[in-house]
Amino acid sequence: MSEPTHDSTSTSLDVPPSEEGLLESLEHMDAAERAEHDAAVSASVAPARDFAVAQGETLLAVDGLTVRFGGLTALDDVTFDVKRGEILGLIGPNGAGKTTCFNIMTGVYRPTAGDVRLEGQSLARMKRYRIIQAGVARTFQNIRLFGAMTALENVVVGTDARHRTSVPGALLRLPRHRREERDAVEKAMALLEFVGIADRAADKATALPYGYQRRLEIARALATEPKLLCLDEPAAGFSATEKDALSELILKIRDDGYTVVIVEHDMRVVLGVTDRLVVLDFGRKIADGLPDEVRRDPAVISAYLGGAVEDAPAGAGEEDA
Amino acid sequence: MPAAGRAPDAPGERVISTVLDPAVLTPLVVHTEAWINFDVGLLIDRFWANTINGLAYGSIYALVALGYTLVYGVLQLINFAHSEIFVIGVFGVYLTFLGLGFEPGALPNLPLAAIILDLLLAGVVAMVVAGLAAVGLERVAYRPLRRRNAPRLAFLITAIGASFAIQQVIRIVRGSNPEGTIRLLPPSPAFTVFGAPVTNLQIVIILASIAMFIVADQFVNRSRLGRGIRAVAQDPATATLMGVNRERVIMITFLVGGVLAGAAALFYLMTIPQGAVYNGGFLLGIKAFTAAVLGGIGNLRGALLGGLILGVAENYGQSLFGGDWRDVVAFVLLVLVLMFRPTGILGESLARSRA
Repeated sequence: MSEPTHDSTSTSLDVPPSEEGLLESLEHMDAAERAEHDAAVSASVAPARDFAVAQGETLLAVDGLTVRFGGLTALDDVTFDVKRGEILGLIGPNGAGKTTCFNIMTGVYRPTAGDVRLEGQSLARMKRYRIIQAGVARTFQNIRLFGAMTALENVVVGTDARHRTSVPGALLRLPRHRREERDAVEKAMALLEFVGIADRAADKATALPYGYQRRLEIARALATEPKLLCLDEPAAGFSATEKDALSELILKIRDDGYTVVIVEHDMRVVLGVTDRLVVLDFGRKIADGLPDEVRRDPAVISAYLGGAVEDAPAGAGEEDA
Repeated sequence: MPAAGRAPDAPGERVISTVLDPAVLTPLVVHTEAWINFDVGLLIDRFWANTINGLAYGSIYALVALGYTLVYGVLQLINFAHSEIFVIGVFGVYLTFLGLGFEPGALPNLPLAAIILDLLLAGVVAMVVAGLAAVGLERVAYRPLRRRNAPRLAFLITAIGASFAIQQVIRIVRGSNPEGTIRLLPPSPAFTVFGAPVTNLQIVIILASIAMFIVADQFVNRSRLGRGIRAVAQDPATATLMGVNRERVIMITFLVGGVLAGAAALFYLMTIPQGAVYNGGFLLGIKAFTAAVLGGIGNLRGALLGGLILGVAENYGQSLFGGDWRDVVAFVLLVLVLMFRPTGILGESLARSRA
């Protein structure tokens, strides 16, 4: 692991003093402090949630979702549920409509018909920042970080979604705003540790290695305190070792009380982490069930060109939905 | 390259330096004294006076330039109506003066503390009025276009239209003649730098502008709202998907730009007391826009640097070539800089980079 590099020469995006202090203090910790710190980190990342009692309830309901772009039907009357506390895999061949489904869930597109409801609340006509506040966050198939910001700042942008101070309060730097700012930096730092990239917190996002960038996207999405985390091909471009580490991280995220929907081509990752699978093909749902059932489903096997599911294109290229 | 025709075989850079070389130009000047001077002696004599005066003017350009640059960073829109927001600020200052009972032409007979208080009040009024006007302009002129996903050209022509509309409304209300001169604080030399007098006004303007710049810079680079501004500037789609309220970011950007223009309006009217006129924003607006482009549009520090360089350079040019050449020097400087650095001196970025 390399030392955090403090990029003091950058002109417009220096690390705020508070962050530097924080990084210093993390470097100079002994083992006991470290253990205590780690406990604090996990408490901060995963605050007590209500999922234990509510696990298994429907969190997100996709209901008769249809999306047409001109003459092209990207999604055709798709219906499925996401249960609280599970990892749901959304799979299918290229162009099946998986990313389109994500784009509807996060407000990028509006559905032609049907609805998506989070805890009964319709997301279909909601503004994007409202959807984040309602509790759906995502990562992107093609990484979309704020490249000129540091890793830490990227995550802090995510925490801003939960800030309560009003604009005048922020302009006047009222005590509450200052406290929220401090908490945001601490929480962001804890999230970077959680996803395992805290050593590069002060680096610009573009300067991070590819795998770190993918993990940073996850940290930024978690910073918005989502009820539902949507991961769009998080393992794309990863080596086998990196994929294993990622699977571990996704399971850890689920165990911390988040609900996860994952779009992924790599079947080893999919079968390794998901509790349930929904399979799309040409915009229609063709299967919905436990991974073991789904992989034996004839419709699914034929959708993947007649091959066994295990032989499906691992980490296949970009999906255009 | 215009100069290339005269010396086709010389490389570009040498052509420029040759054209500006006094040794080459001086014989030319002998025959054409009527329209251009080349008074190196005057340039040297007035060097420090010009520098200080240029910095004071440049600070005003810089404050207005920040408004262009902020809006450009967030919306990639050149808000041509920003010069009229500045004029609204100028009238805010002027009408506050009138409201406080100051008469055009008469020197106020008040203790210094009262005058400073009155100036502060006028400044606050101008900042509030200009800030609100900028937010209102955004609501009325630009937001409806955004709602309908209008092409960028529609924004540009709307900006120009809004600029004229505000100008004409001011003309209808206040007439087309410049308002009377109200000078609260006559300039008096405070100290000298290398023999050049520095007035109290110049000190106040330079220091206050730099202080306002630092506040604006810290706001954008350190605060939560600034983080939202930078996130939208870098990638609006991702920013909204991460919970940034883009409409609010845009509103705050216009507000900050307007407030800075209001402060610039106070300094402007302190320097040029006869400056309250409906079309008084045109040249200053163009200069401030030039300053923003010179420093690198979208870049806050570029706006400051561009403003100061422009202010100083045009003062030098005025001494060197004569008073009529002041504006020419400013715009030729812009052309020269853009020829060699198309993104401006510091480059284009309100935290914008190719991610």
